[in-house]
Amino acid sequence: MDALMQEFFNVSVMARVAPMILRGLLETLLLCAILVPIGLVGGLGTMLLATSRNRFARAFAVVFIDLFRSFPPLVLLIFVYSGLPFAGLRLNPLSAICVAFLLNASSYYGEIYRAGVLSVPHGQIEAGRSTGLSAAQTFVYVTLPQAVRNVLPELLSNTVELVKLTTLASVISAPELLHSADLARSLTYNSSPLVMAALIYLVLLWPVVRLIRRLEHKLGTS
Amino acid sequence: MTSFERFAATFLDTDVALRYAPQILEGVVTTVAIGLAVVVTGLIAGLALAVLRACDLKLVNLVLIQVVDMLRALPPLVIILIIYFGLPSIGIVIPSATVLWMSLSAVLAAFAEEVFWAGIVSTPSGQWMAARSTGLSYFQALRFVVLPQAVRLAIPPLTNRTIAITKNTALGSAIGVNEILGQAMSAEAFSANATPLVMAAVLYVLIFIPLVIASHALERRHAGWRR
Repeated sequence: MDALMQEFFNVSVMARVAPMILRGLLETLLLCAILVPIGLVGGLGTMLLATSRNRFARAFAVVFIDLFRSFPPLVLLIFVYSGLPFAGLRLNPLSAICVAFLLNASSYYGEIYRAGVLSVPHGQIEAGRSTGLSAAQTFVYVTLPQAVRNVLPELLSNTVELVKLTTLASVISAPELLHSADLARSLTYNSSPLVMAALIYLVLLWPVVRLIRRLEHKLGTS
Repeated sequence: MTSFERFAATFLDTDVALRYAPQILEGVVTTVAIGLAVVVTGLIAGLALAVLRACDLKLVNLVLIQVVDMLRALPPLVIILIIYFGLPSIGIVIPSATVLWMSLSAVLAAFAEEVFWAGIVSTPSGQWMAARSTGLSYFQALRFVVLPQAVRLAIPPLTNRTIAITKNTALGSAIGVNEILGQAMSAEAFSANATPLVMAAVLYVLIFIPLVIASHALERRHAGWRR
């Protein structure tokens, strides 16, 4: 029991590495602030293609979504980061992460938005158009708000997944929370920094998971 | 050399591909084996947890829900690293492939429990009453009436989640499991050529695209069935 506390909940180790871990936390928050909007906007684009009237755009979107849903995100990241330099395209870790997450997150968010848009009754669009709104106005003011509300739990839960995926950045040594925790672990020969990182992820994401549970329940019964 | 030839030489080099094919195919076997093991253990454990939750024991359920939420909130790579680096220091040494299997199974079990539970809850209460009034015990009603319907409801959302979690076998490369990505990365380093990575990417697509397409088909069938 004592050995367990020493290895996983060593307070003196935690105190020593705290500044390093906090810097990692800031990097992770920054990463999320960049990646979540990229994914949300990319997903919107994918959804527009997937629901467009152009057959080729639709076919492209289907292939795009299925392709990047079958790639493990880590494979995508490694490919972008260490494969593309062979083609003369050397990206720094941050841009590599942005590119890989744009591809991966757009396909997941795109699929969710699409389900949301399809869940809006067609009469809503007809009603919007007949009040004199243009097709684009109808989409922005009538369809999209209802679509987003209908799939809010899925959007949130995918955002949680996206935040969890930022840990992959540690594999290509980009500065983020897990990377600094792992560095601290190798400096102190102790797993407490990793436990500390786990606790921080729990503080960040546990409330969101609970919120998703509540939302799912509410939408399910309504 | 034209630019296409240069491109082919770095990304589609047949010599490199042939040289590292056996190594990467070994990786495929490892990935598929661990993936299948994760799917089987994760889903069975998830179903067992959902049944446990249906027993309605207050204290058990309180703990169960917290643990499930925790596993949903933690990044899988964090779980893998803590088990892999932490346990040996307290005298428990587990091979890296086992660590990967355990961690991903636990994560899948947490998500599966949630989906199975939703299925159990959404089975109309009339089904319960009808089953019990024919003389079935609580567990017989659960086993023969409620669970078959719950599992059917759970299949489409579970397929997506299962695919997403099984893809995480690639995280094994971070702790030295010789799955596809790990093999491809070492082959890439040895050959100074990107062909092994392309092979890995193609193999992952070959393994997972049938599953992704099957999940669309399931969703469509489910949507039709519900209407």
